[in-house]
Amino acid sequence: MSTIYIMWLRQMLRYFRSPPRIVAALAQPLLYLLAFGYGFGRIYQMAGQGDYLAFLAPGILGMSILFTSIFSGMELIWDRQFGFLKETLAAPVSRVNVMLGRTAGGATVATFQAAIVLVLAILFGFRPHDWWMLIPALLAMFLVAMLFTTLGTWFAAMLSDFQGFQMIMNFLVMPMFFLSGAMFPLNSVPPVLSMIARVDPLSYGVDAFRGLLGGASHFGLGVDFAVLAVITLVLLALGSRAFSRIEA
Amino acid sequence: MSDAMIEVIDLTKKFGDVTAVDAVSFSVKRGEIFAFLGPNGAGKSTTIKMLTTLLRPTSGTIRVNGLDPHKQALAVRRSFGIVFQDPSLDDQLTAQENMEIHGALYKVKDAKPKIERLLKFVDLYDRRKTQVQKFSGGMKRRLEIARGLLHHPTIIFLDEPTLGLDPQTRNQMWAYLHEMNKNEGTTVFFTTHYMEEADRNAQRIAIIDNGKIVAMGSPAEVKQSQNAETLEDAFLALTGHSIREEDASSTDRMRTMMRGFQNRRR
Repeated sequence: MSTIYIMWLRQMLRYFRSPPRIVAALAQPLLYLLAFGYGFGRIYQMAGQGDYLAFLAPGILGMSILFTSIFSGMELIWDRQFGFLKETLAAPVSRVNVMLGRTAGGATVATFQAAIVLVLAILFGFRPHDWWMLIPALLAMFLVAMLFTTLGTWFAAMLSDFQGFQMIMNFLVMPMFFLSGAMFPLNSVPPVLSMIARVDPLSYGVDAFRGLLGGASHFGLGVDFAVLAVITLVLLALGSRAFSRIEA
Repeated sequence: MSDAMIEVIDLTKKFGDVTAVDAVSFSVKRGEIFAFLGPNGAGKSTTIKMLTTLLRPTSGTIRVNGLDPHKQALAVRRSFGIVFQDPSLDDQLTAQENMEIHGALYKVKDAKPKIERLLKFVDLYDRRKTQVQKFSGGMKRRLEIARGLLHHPTIIFLDEPTLGLDPQTRNQMWAYLHEMNKNEGTTVFFTTHYMEEADRNAQRIAIIDNGKIVAMGSPAEVKQSQNAETLEDAFLALTGHSIREEDASSTDRMRTMMRGFQNRRR
């Protein structure tokens, strides 16, 4: 337990010590909120779909969590290159706990970051249909953050340097974002796209945020949480296995 | 309990076609101070990594404290401490925080006063709240050593611990290690490029070259076997005068890259 805590604490210390990182990670979601929220808002409305910001904001939350979490997970590569990883690998503690602590830390950072995005969205005019739903929404955000931080850690455990990172970003993370229904409603897309969205974990995350904040979900909240929880557990198992096998 | 703290038989490690460690056998006695010497790329660090559970051997047997580092990794990790050759600090954190994390990972009891004492010992106490990235190379090295000494293991591995250290710190570190060795029976296994340091501190040494052990014994025995005045002469007689190339690791390349970035920012 103390191992999980100390590794979590380390992620916190690193995060709050670098304000530039906090600001930089807010730039992208903010840009999307502005460009798409205001840019597409009118067209969306004219198409008879209603308030685009109400639809878009949960998607942007998903985006923010996806990117911050994957980056946090892949920070492992950084630790490997700069050596700190060795310190934790040689320590007389369970590597599973080391990984759980790192992952929980990364997920906390991503959730915190997304909470700032949520506040910004509210300033831009986004209104949750029920303010009390912010609490379960935060829990859902943490669950999604755990999922993607674990995914990032799992990949990072199998990579030894940054060369594979760009590939993962382009072929996995970007498609996961764009095809998840974060930007467009899934009930009016061609079957192929709908199929892809169904195997994209982010779809369920964004859908859960929409269900909790907007009051209407595509898959249903029960399905969303079940899928997210199962995938997170599977990834934790795969990630711990890969992490336990890392050689220095 | 066997007399040997480390027992290595026919240990081999291959990276692709390259044999980094080639059927090496040696043993280190409980409570011994043992130096592992060799030119760059001879296989010293690879051997240490296999002894400390960080790398799986290709073949051969290892026993550390009677345990197999591969099959009983956690139990082996409980018995040793290590000071790495390359940096292993979190440079976004402060000196104090690096020490505290180590204390938590190694479950050091009553860590606070020990951390204070060790930071004073390596003359970093006044800078304890400074982020490690602002430290000079020598200061980072001193911090790594202080951290490595925070918990008192049965066996301590030091991979070129004194590289870049001033003689003052070097001597203090050795005084500390000798005390630990005497009072607690700690086994010390270290590598170094300073032959004089090995001669002065080690009870026994092994010289490894191209993955094979070429000499082993007390410093006096090794000198005698080569009819050499100093250990350095004996070392050169055994390993030749040509300078070894070491491939830049991806870490080195990355550091160079980072330095490039940082310079550009300034």
